[in-house]
Amino acid sequence: MSLPFLLEIGTEEIPDWMIEGALDFLRNLFLEAVGGEIKVDVDATPRRLVLRATGLMERQPDMVQKVSGPAVTAPEAAVAGFARKQGVKPAELEKQDGKYVVMKRVAGRTTKEILAETLPGIIGKIYFPKTMYWTAKNGLRFIRPIRWIVALLGDEVVPVEIAGVRSGSATAGHRVLGAPKIVVKIADYEQKLRENFVILPAVGRTQRIVSVVGQVQDEGLLKTLVYLTEYPSVISGSFDAEYLKLPAEVLVTVMKHHQKYFAVYENGKLTNRFLAVTNTDGDPDGLIRRGNERVLRARFNDAQFFWETDQKKKLADRVADLEHVTFQAKLGSYLEKTKRIEALTAELGGDAAAVRAAHLSKADLTTEMVKEFTELQGVVGGLYAREQGEPEEVWTAIYDHYKPVSMEDSIPRTRAGQLVSIADKLDTLRGCFGIGLIPTGSKDPFALRRAAQGIVKILVEGKLRLPVRKLLSGDANLEEFFLDRIRYYFKDIRGFKYDEINAILASGWDDLVDVEERLLAIQAVRPTENFEPLAASFKRIQNILKQAQFAGNGGTIDATLLEPGPEQDLYQEFQNVRGRLANLPYQPALETIASLRPQVDLFFDKVLVNAQDPKVRANRLTLLYTLLAEFSTIADFSEIVTHT
Amino acid sequence: MDSYQEIIFKLKKYWSDRGCIIQEPYDLEVGAGTMTPETFLRVLGPKPYRVAYVQPSRRPADGRYGENPNRLYKHMQLQVILKPSPADVIDQYLGSLTAIGIDLKKHDIKFEEDNWESPTLGAWGVGWQVMLDGLEITQFTYFQQCGGIDLDLVPAELTYGLERLTAFLQLKDSVYDIEWAPGVSYREVRFADELQFSVYNFEMADVGMLWKLFELHEGEAGRLLKLFDPKSEDKARFPLLPTYEHVLKCSHLFNTLDARGAISVTERVAVIGRVRKLAVGVAQAWMAQQGAAELVEAGQ
Repeated sequence: MSLPFLLEIGTEEIPDWMIEGALDFLRNLFLEAVGGEIKVDVDATPRRLVLRATGLMERQPDMVQKVSGPAVTAPEAAVAGFARKQGVKPAELEKQDGKYVVMKRVAGRTTKEILAETLPGIIGKIYFPKTMYWTAKNGLRFIRPIRWIVALLGDEVVPVEIAGVRSGSATAGHRVLGAPKIVVKIADYEQKLRENFVILPAVGRTQRIVSVVGQVQDEGLLKTLVYLTEYPSVISGSFDAEYLKLPAEVLVTVMKHHQKYFAVYENGKLTNRFLAVTNTDGDPDGLIRRGNERVLRARFNDAQFFWETDQKKKLADRVADLEHVTFQAKLGSYLEKTKRIEALTAELGGDAAAVRAAHLSKADLTTEMVKEFTELQGVVGGLYAREQGEPEEVWTAIYDHYKPVSMEDSIPRTRAGQLVSIADKLDTLRGCFGIGLIPTGSKDPFALRRAAQGIVKILVEGKLRLPVRKLLSGDANLEEFFLDRIRYYFKDIRGFKYDEINAILASGWDDLVDVEERLLAIQAVRPTENFEPLAASFKRIQNILKQAQFAGNGGTIDATLLEPGPEQDLYQEFQNVRGRLANLPYQPALETIASLRPQVDLFFDKVLVNAQDPKVRANRLTLLYTLLAEFSTIADFSEIVTHT
Repeated sequence: MDSYQEIIFKLKKYWSDRGCIIQEPYDLEVGAGTMTPETFLRVLGPKPYRVAYVQPSRRPADGRYGENPNRLYKHMQLQVILKPSPADVIDQYLGSLTAIGIDLKKHDIKFEEDNWESPTLGAWGVGWQVMLDGLEITQFTYFQQCGGIDLDLVPAELTYGLERLTAFLQLKDSVYDIEWAPGVSYREVRFADELQFSVYNFEMADVGMLWKLFELHEGEAGRLLKLFDPKSEDKARFPLLPTYEHVLKCSHLFNTLDARGAISVTERVAVIGRVRKLAVGVAQAWMAQQGAAELVEAGQ
């Protein structure tokens, strides 16, 4: 008979952003521990992690266990002793491989027993990025205190005790609207929760929000709200339209990041309305709306105050104040950084507007607005620059220069913005690597990975052909770090195959636009019939050269030493291909190289590289070496992982 | 509608009924209720403790000359320590809101992750900011470490922002408009305080003198800590509480210097480190003193 199972870990409010990860762990840990043909579903609200499974066996199948005893030659007393110990008569003993054995039947354990034993371990192993203890110093660590546990197998409670909490069949409803203690069965669990103002499935809560808010652009905010509530309701509020004179960026940041509201747009324009998601059953008296409106008003008042105060001093006049803002103890102030960014921007080819933007780029760090809304750094500088009459080319570059803040984010919209952004990030990278602040493992306090990835993204997507290795000023650590970021970008963000990336990067990565072009070419040629076999041959050539410890030795191919037949054919075809390659775009060039395959195959089939005559041998190695060197400028084919 | 002081009375009564000692504010400048010995030192060690008190908290940099409706140089916190935290701590907390007239069924309460950390005290904990209709009214923290020491019993710390809470209940947009006592506004009681301290902290405080005071207090705390001998039979007599007061002085002087713009970001980290070293030193000495101190107490 198969049984359903329900586990509910009742906790105090779990941080919203950790919940889905915890559910994955719970599901996997459970499957690992229980296994078999079961179906597992997980779900959660801020106060409960829930796992429901069906198809659990009531008990494990019985097993026959073999117990080995003394050898068949052993004295009778020893045999009798063994039989007695196993609870059988000596006559019942079997003989196997020269020994007496007993075949014992062991009853399969009940699933209830197994669960009682394994659940504490499963719960304890759920990973959270930050944990706490609450019972005792060496007590269980979990994300927040566990307050109740429901563990039901069929109709029975699976007895467990975790951090002093014993399992039972009672759950809890919504903190304010529901009953604190509700006895449930597996069949009525979700319904009982619903009656007590807890919508268990995240999709159900999402639905309740989306049905009012409509199409949501901000999936992140939506998810946050889904996992901050057990019974979400949407209320609509408004603010004085006078505040719309403040930049939309500021208003939206306050609403979204600080208050977790949805901003409301009409025809693409911000309106003076907002939508807030509550953990209640509506707001019949309008009290919640009024409270939220008051909070928002206070926040907007602050923002307005900051805006007006900040205008009293122009950005240009703030640059000198950056002397008092430390970038990093050993790397000096933001004023020094500003000077470096300016110089770098010019060095990268930035025009006067770009250099002006670089000059003003960090000045907003001294404004009240950025001190309050740090996430708006750059944006605020851009807005102030516009307000203070800087040309569009300048203010947009300031506005964008932190971009891309993630791999999903877009790059700065103008060339000036792209150059200032690269200069800023490059300066941080060079500086930090210069003083040994190199990221290790998860530790990356200056977000250097993001900075390097940002540069890669801008160079590639902005089609900027800047000499990367020169930019990195020959720092070997930084080059290695950067190569990792380039790999990450092309593999994880762009989806190229790792061996294609290795093949391309091995032939140079100084120009990332060129790297992308070569990658696209190799990706296109990869599926053609000649490509992989030729790659395999190139690897073979490389191995032969390596074994012979042959590195070209400055020799040239002596055509007179070439044997007629496959060797001469290869040489001729090589020259022929080489001639056709000139000025070909990458993809046809690769196709042309791949067309060498029949001659290469035939050469290896018929010609012995290790010829008796050392001159002939050296000439053959030179032929192979030249072929490899000349055809590896686009990609190093030997890096391609082949299946032939 | 309850006045500001009526709300304080009710909260104190509520927590008194739940076994808390009602302490009076600590008579030294502190940046938060957490810094007073009633929290910082009492949370250490295995002895249960429950206390509630209003703590005027001074944050020189937050001063706004009495002009900003929501920001104050000195605001009042109601600080509650429940050590160890009871299993129904959140229900007890929600009960305190009901006690001051908030009908929870008509409002929106959310617990949003907010972990607390004080680099100057070598202390941290995890918890939430409690949001009432979008307004943060309480900081709720389960302490994990204090003075760099893992805590034996995990206390719950509840810190209510009394002005905000009152403004919420009295439907006021500015804390200066809240009614402190019937017929008396917060402005009448506190405005001059806010204005004058803003002027002093931002414009007139003598930086050289502040540094000198900082060094004097730092020196005295350091001197005393060096004299403390954990093996001494007399250690219960040792003046750790006065030592800690010098640490608190340092902390406040640091905050004032900071508001005055006298501390660069580079120096900041170093000065915080100096204060932390002292705070951690006091916490460790305090732990060493505890066993002996309890014996002396019991004998009297």
